[in-house]
Amino acid sequence: MVYTPHTDDDRRVMLEAIGVGSLAELFTSVPEQHRFPKLDLPEALSEMDVLRELQTLSDLNLNANSVPTFLGAGAYRHWVPSVVDYVIGRGEFATAYTPYQAEVSQGTLQAIFEYQSLVCDLTGMDVANASHYDGATATAEAVIQAYNTFRKKRRKVLISPAVNPHYRAVVRTYTQGMDVQIAGDESIDTPPADLIDRVDSDTACVIVQNPNFLGQIEPLMGLADRIHARDPQTLLAVITNPISLGLLEPPGSFGADIVLGEGQPLGLGLNFGGPYLGFYATREAYVRQLAGRLVGQTIDAEGKPGYVMTLTTREQHIRRDKATSNICSNQGLMALAATVYLSVLGKHGLRQIAELNYHKAHYAATAIDALPGYSVLNRSPFFNEFVVLCPSPVARINAALLDSKPTPILGGYDLGHDFEGWEDRMLVAVTEMNSRAEIDAFVAALAAISVQERGEQ
Amino acid sequence: MSESLIYELSSPGRRGTPTPKLDVPEAELPAGLVREDLPLPEVSEIEVVRHFLRLSQLNYAIDKGIYPLGSCTMKYNPKINEVTARLPGFTGAHPHQPEGLAQGALRLMYELQEHLAKIGGFAGVTLQPAAGAQGELVGVLIMRAYHRARGDTQRDTILVPDSAHGTNPASTSMSGLRVVQIPSDKRGNVDLDALRSQVCDRVVGLMITNPNTLGLFEENIEEIVGIVHGCGGLVYGDGANMNALIGVVRPGDIGIDVMHYNLHKTFSTPHGGGGPGAGPVGVAAHLIDFLPDPVVVREGTDAEPHYRFHRPSQSIGRVRSFWGHFGILVRAYTYIRMHGSEGLRNVAEHAVLNANYLRCRVRDTYHVPYDRMCMHEFVAEGRISGTGSTAMDVSKRLIDYGVHPPTMYFPLIVHDALMIEPTETEPLRTVDAYAETLLRIAEEAVSDPALLHEAPHVAPVRRLDEVQAARTPVLRYRRQP
Repeated sequence: MVYTPHTDDDRRVMLEAIGVGSLAELFTSVPEQHRFPKLDLPEALSEMDVLRELQTLSDLNLNANSVPTFLGAGAYRHWVPSVVDYVIGRGEFATAYTPYQAEVSQGTLQAIFEYQSLVCDLTGMDVANASHYDGATATAEAVIQAYNTFRKKRRKVLISPAVNPHYRAVVRTYTQGMDVQIAGDESIDTPPADLIDRVDSDTACVIVQNPNFLGQIEPLMGLADRIHARDPQTLLAVITNPISLGLLEPPGSFGADIVLGEGQPLGLGLNFGGPYLGFYATREAYVRQLAGRLVGQTIDAEGKPGYVMTLTTREQHIRRDKATSNICSNQGLMALAATVYLSVLGKHGLRQIAELNYHKAHYAATAIDALPGYSVLNRSPFFNEFVVLCPSPVARINAALLDSKPTPILGGYDLGHDFEGWEDRMLVAVTEMNSRAEIDAFVAALAAISVQERGEQ
Repeated sequence: MSESLIYELSSPGRRGTPTPKLDVPEAELPAGLVREDLPLPEVSEIEVVRHFLRLSQLNYAIDKGIYPLGSCTMKYNPKINEVTARLPGFTGAHPHQPEGLAQGALRLMYELQEHLAKIGGFAGVTLQPAAGAQGELVGVLIMRAYHRARGDTQRDTILVPDSAHGTNPASTSMSGLRVVQIPSDKRGNVDLDALRSQVCDRVVGLMITNPNTLGLFEENIEEIVGIVHGCGGLVYGDGANMNALIGVVRPGDIGIDVMHYNLHKTFSTPHGGGGPGAGPVGVAAHLIDFLPDPVVVREGTDAEPHYRFHRPSQSIGRVRSFWGHFGILVRAYTYIRMHGSEGLRNVAEHAVLNANYLRCRVRDTYHVPYDRMCMHEFVAEGRISGTGSTAMDVSKRLIDYGVHPPTMYFPLIVHDALMIEPTETEPLRTVDAYAETLLRIAEEAVSDPALLHEAPHVAPVRRLDEVQAARTPVLRYRRQP
């Protein structure tokens, strides 16, 4: 059959050695009336035909890399250096598993050690784990870390309403069986400073996002101090965009206790939402509460340096129901992609990419803000995303943008999906991938749509 | 054979891959918010390529040879999967682009939900969970939500056999529930009397791995399901070992209410050095409304179907950003399309054939404590009687012979366990060679025990000091001041 290499002779030899007459006899412990059902699946295809079928499905999707795209809201179209896919495509990385046998897994282990180091340097933190599934689950793990830090005695978690709505939803899902109360995000008009007033001795952590979901750079300066003035132990977790850290002061230098985020911008494609990468860093003092895998440096029997998974007594395979989390794997290959991305861009390249995002976003915002009918709502500064108040519902504008000639334009995110009454607010993302010509075409199209909409009213 | 850290290759002022030019006017940078130091490496592109290529060569991988890690199903990862997953309409689709412009992706997800439901015998499937462990959390939260929706709020206990993966109890406690452990009996099955003594109206459900982590099919599975259902509880199937069952039996048919699939095990997606995998969850009809937000539904006509996301009415909520590990889903879908019904049964049959053949070849030398017909894997004791050699020694010595060791010291209920899962994609020649290597190592344990105890001798590094790693953790590179 497809990937089973056995010949008839092989099977005969093997069945004889086992002492049964047929493959079916291997399964006599399975209840007979349920054994060998016919599965109602489509007939098997050859490799050639399966590729044709998948090509057809692929062609039914808009490829956001092939058109001017201004859609972000948690997933971003960034340039991926060629080296990234070359490295993660190598079978030695892709077809290895968890480095349980360290002596034959030094490639994976050292790459994770480098990943942990790069995340620490990027975020300004002491220690990073080998990664979580994505930014949303990393946020939930921050809540659990804080909950465990206070031995489940502190019940309150304050989360900024300007945290990505998917992340806030996932935090609620993860904590539904815990004695935790998630609060602070009742109204989108609540700035982080107002959360501070609600911090008390029952507060496990405060979670903010910077730049926030609406693109705004939050005033983090002094936030940790003011939280700790109300309660010295409450943890501050900051969700951040890793590209922005090429330019902006990292949350670690503002006194954050946990820094985490979505690593997709670091060389991972859009892939319709996954697999992505949750990066996660904290302070040295909290290393025993950290979830997930950790790789550490050590020496071998001859004194040579090497790498192993370490501090595993936190983890599920040892601690079972007392583990810091149920997470077993990490996002190995995605963490490797981010490691290669940060290496091949390096100190200068990441700064340049971050600046390109910043300047292009501000160029686009200035031009859109000058259009009749549109206004940019962000108070400066923002990073590579901003909110535009539109003259008509975003859904209509986006539909018109997709009809643009000569090429469709993929407009920004419709904030009406998440915030009541915000159907006319568009979250626009601009990255290094948006050329000046693309931005100008987008602005011109918005202007034309505004005129057309006014004509129709 | 060691490789410098990427930081150690850094030289001040060196540039990597060039970045695009700025083609718009500069805006003023935000005062007081710009970082002064970005302490990333400064290396050239060729140095990066060589560094990671050399690192890759320090790894063992399926593409190099047999990788019989029990419970991990390290089967061949077909290369067509990598081609389909990289089609531009998949890699370039933005997760927020309008549903009308993502019909190919949504249709693939819908079909995969349907295929997995048919393979497992379930009424509905969520593709969202990022890994098996997250699938478990989803499954336990669904069971909890089901009871609460019925007003059965006193149920707070999950029963877990002692042979279970550590993620089962960990997922239970993350869901705010209590774990009660059920012992195994002499044949490696769940001890029915012990199970009967624990069922009551506080039981949310039982989490059962079948085949269990001894590689054995639970002989009393229908009775077990009956006992748990009898007290109003639900049965969760840990689908980690589904490779033994595809096309052989549908877990839903024997009364399993919820189960996760590991696409990176059974459905051949690459393990990636520890992820990303995917852990879809299948549920019986009475649990379908509790699935995570969202699932994909089909509307319209057969001639003109339309696919869209839908939030189930009593959903436990969103469990991750966006819609799942889509790139992994494409690979699993490809695998299922390459096989069809008979092809999948063929997979399970040969997985079980290879495991039993290897068991029979080594069992006179390595004691197999529950020695009956196994499924896709078996558990032997790694200690060699009459010598001081342990499962660790045997494993490390296997590395010297250029093959990957089995899972060791799991399950916990077998001393010095070696859990061996050859998978169906290994040719007879490779399985024979592995058996002969194991037998030779057993002889060496008698003739030259130090050879085992000091192994590996020919790996990139010798045995690593894990105690030191944990006692004085060095978890990141730090520049010398």
